[in-house]
Amino acid sequence: MSGDNIKIKICMGPGGIAAGGNDVIEAFKGQLTNQRINASFGEQCSLHQVGCRGLCAKDVLVEIIIDGKETIYENINPEKVPRIVKEHILGDNPVKEWIAGEDYDNFKKKQIKVVLSHCGEIDPEDMNAYIEAGGYKAAHKALTSMSPSEIVETVKTSNLRGRGGAGFPTGLKWELGLRIKSDVKYVICNGDEGDPGAFMDRSVMEGDPHSVIEGMIICAKATESHKGYIYVRAEYPLAVKRLQQAIDQCLQKGYLGKNIFDTGFDFDIRIFQGAGAFVCGEATALMRSIEGKRGMPTPKLWRSAEKGLWEKPTVLNNVETFANIPKIILNGGDWFRNLGTERSGGTKVFSLTGNIKNSGLIEVPLGISLREIIYDIGGGIEGGRSLKAVQTGGPSGGCIPAALLDIEVDYESLAKVGSIMGSGGMVVLDETNCMVNTAKFFLEFTQAESCGKCTPCRIGTKRMLEILERITNGNGKEGDIELLEDLGSHIRATSLCGLGMTAPNPVLSTIRYFRDEYEAHIKDRKCPALVCRNLITYSIIEEECTGCGACKRACPVDSIRGVRKKPHKIDPELCVKCGTCFDVCKFKAILKA
Amino acid sequence: MVTLKIDGRKVTVRKLSTILDAARKLDIPIPTLCHHPELSPYGGCRLCLVEIEGIAKPAASCTTFAKEGMIVNTSSPYLEKLRRTNLELILSDHPNECMLCERSGDCKLQELAYFYGLRENRFKGEIRVYSKKDNNPFVTRDMEKCILCGQCVRICDEIQGVGAIDFAYRGLNTRVSPPFEKDLNCEFCGQCVAVCPTGALTGKMWAHKGRQNFKEVETICPYCGCGCNITLYVRRNEIIRISSNEETINEGWLCAKGRFGYGFVNSPERLTKPLIRIAPKENSIFNVKQTNPPLPPFTKVGRGGINNAALFKEVTWEEAFQYVSKRLKEIKENYGPDAIGGLASARCTNEENYLFQKFMRVVIGTNNVDHCARY
Repeated sequence: MSGDNIKIKICMGPGGIAAGGNDVIEAFKGQLTNQRINASFGEQCSLHQVGCRGLCAKDVLVEIIIDGKETIYENINPEKVPRIVKEHILGDNPVKEWIAGEDYDNFKKKQIKVVLSHCGEIDPEDMNAYIEAGGYKAAHKALTSMSPSEIVETVKTSNLRGRGGAGFPTGLKWELGLRIKSDVKYVICNGDEGDPGAFMDRSVMEGDPHSVIEGMIICAKATESHKGYIYVRAEYPLAVKRLQQAIDQCLQKGYLGKNIFDTGFDFDIRIFQGAGAFVCGEATALMRSIEGKRGMPTPKLWRSAEKGLWEKPTVLNNVETFANIPKIILNGGDWFRNLGTERSGGTKVFSLTGNIKNSGLIEVPLGISLREIIYDIGGGIEGGRSLKAVQTGGPSGGCIPAALLDIEVDYESLAKVGSIMGSGGMVVLDETNCMVNTAKFFLEFTQAESCGKCTPCRIGTKRMLEILERITNGNGKEGDIELLEDLGSHIRATSLCGLGMTAPNPVLSTIRYFRDEYEAHIKDRKCPALVCRNLITYSIIEEECTGCGACKRACPVDSIRGVRKKPHKIDPELCVKCGTCFDVCKFKAILKA
Repeated sequence: MVTLKIDGRKVTVRKLSTILDAARKLDIPIPTLCHHPELSPYGGCRLCLVEIEGIAKPAASCTTFAKEGMIVNTSSPYLEKLRRTNLELILSDHPNECMLCERSGDCKLQELAYFYGLRENRFKGEIRVYSKKDNNPFVTRDMEKCILCGQCVRICDEIQGVGAIDFAYRGLNTRVSPPFEKDLNCEFCGQCVAVCPTGALTGKMWAHKGRQNFKEVETICPYCGCGCNITLYVRRNEIIRISSNEETINEGWLCAKGRFGYGFVNSPERLTKPLIRIAPKENSIFNVKQTNPPLPPFTKVGRGGINNAALFKEVTWEEAFQYVSKRLKEIKENYGPDAIGGLASARCTNEENYLFQKFMRVVIGTNNVDHCARY
């Protein structure tokens, strides 16, 4: 054993925990105790759980720092821990074959970490770690040496736009919040992230909760507000726990509560747990929910900055927006502005998922091209298949075809091609994805999450889904595509809130770019990507079949007949198209068409 | 005040008025299903869409403030298409049974379908099915006909202050429901029934009594001193239902008694002539063995149970007055005036009640006088 200072950092973001991060921590603890390193535990060797490091595809990621020398291991499970402890920590000889390779380096190369700068580096439950990393300097600066209007000016200069999806300039929102006079004002942090496949806000709240709180303190100062709420969905128990811990630590240290930093400024934050309705991510529905009412959007007769929560002026921003603020205050608005494009400053966090090699959490400067994200950072498509489309913005977004891969990622250019920035979900689709089915998947989600208030969203989205179901079941009719387009644009034009207005996007954008796939479903009764169950058939290629009987044994409905060592046959009447035979056949004798 | 132009006509309205208010002032028709002037703006039905110059998307006129210099257009082929499609969508989830509906002829949805000539519907699909029937005594809740305009929810909360119902579930399954989907158990003011634009909420006692061709009688509610104006819908000298007009002193609001408590008028059990007790009290109905179910007091002869003819006898008003005055005098003489108490009724007028207390104090000579509405 060498060195005086050993640090082990274990990725405990959502991906890390799902991959078994807790077991890895336990294994390390056990091994360190067994190897009698416990004597110096806490001084020489410390064990840290850190937030998401991004590359969830290779979790659990473990970083070992000995005397400042960093080594990152990927795909670590408890069985690998003894060898690492023995060879690396005791023997000072890193286990080469497990060290993170090229993918990890490429994954990191084009990213700029602003929001995620602490995620994966510091222990989110340790306030001192955050302070050591420069935390609360910005809040101190804002409270002691800046006036509210100076803060607003800095945020305006930074060109930061709302990261919840709509992209409203944050500085303008704060300016309005400051200008309106009221005895009570509120600051709300929207952590009701609910898009399927999105985990940006979750990673920030779990991996760096103090940055959100610091952003809120600065916002409170800028808008002269003294009460704050963090609205987190109850399905994020770890985020709730860590945020509450962070708030308690701040209260103890005097960073929240009365007379913060001895400046006479008071600010309190409460956590409000949402009950899991997607629509509560919409600002007015979220405020109704905090008021104890049903989470339903209300008409925007007033801006939230004029009459928001309990009819008091309210500034509501997304988790990621708040997490950006401390860095903007510290480094200046111009620094942030120059990171992005002319119209939107800074970086954006995306959760890169779907059929991509390096799935995970990334942060890139705005203006980067989709191609760079997918091929340089994401490492391309898994299994060498070809890219078909990228779905951005979650269920409210659209599908961008491979041909448009060189567009810049920012609010305007994504909207131009029929999608939205959204909160930052990015699902990569390849040739094995059926676009009609993809659109159906997202619509299934939005129609079920409609609050039921307005007609087009409540009934319209359901009717669209029914048409899509008809098409994917092989019962599509001539004119269905036009009906979808008509109804889709109708819902977009007449819905009350953003949920309804954007719900048809996945359908409309896939019709726009992949009309031929819809036509194939309706006219030829074929699913080109071989996904829609009712439109595919399984049969056995006689020449290839060896009669091994594997498919016959695996078939759950006994639809395969045949004698041993003779070609088998599938009875199409009985076949339920589960695909089990296709998966078990070792001779590629099953034809899926 | 702000001045704006709607369909080329200038109109000046108070600040914080909506475009819909301004259009109604000009008597320009804009279809609505969820709007109610006395309730908070809702914006749910999306029928009142209008075009505003300078704004790309159509706006709901019920939830947009009129602004100085605004130029608004309330009708265009595009707007009519949007309204038509929204109506189509509502009708695609509405049972097509106007022939049997209690509100046929008095239904806003039916009226709009008629105006837009909606016979075909492009959006056939799943329809909500609620098999559960509400067993409350007053309100028939046919939730399959509900279009979720939310007026019942808002009136219950904002006007009545009760909050007995709210929305439950999401998506197409959204429904208006009492807590835990139990039977409605509220004060049964029936305000929700009054504002419901469709046949989703109707009075239970209205059922199969008729829908049109009533004689409408304007009168005052007999129940309390508030004196709400009511309209009786009468057919063959029988009250079929009661409603109240928005332009009245009570703005159209009524309570449970005023709206549903008209059963006594044509009741065969109603007293129409004075009765004098002839049998001693030991034989009164309260001492006779009860039947199951118990019979109401004063059940007329011939309906079984107690023979009321043996307890009471019908007399003329003259006889009744004489009997009352004789007994009052006797009691006053034997036991003093304070042995007598008087209870007046809220259903009397102020003048009648004044005379009654005067009678008790001056003629009888006691202060034992009270009133049923004195809480």
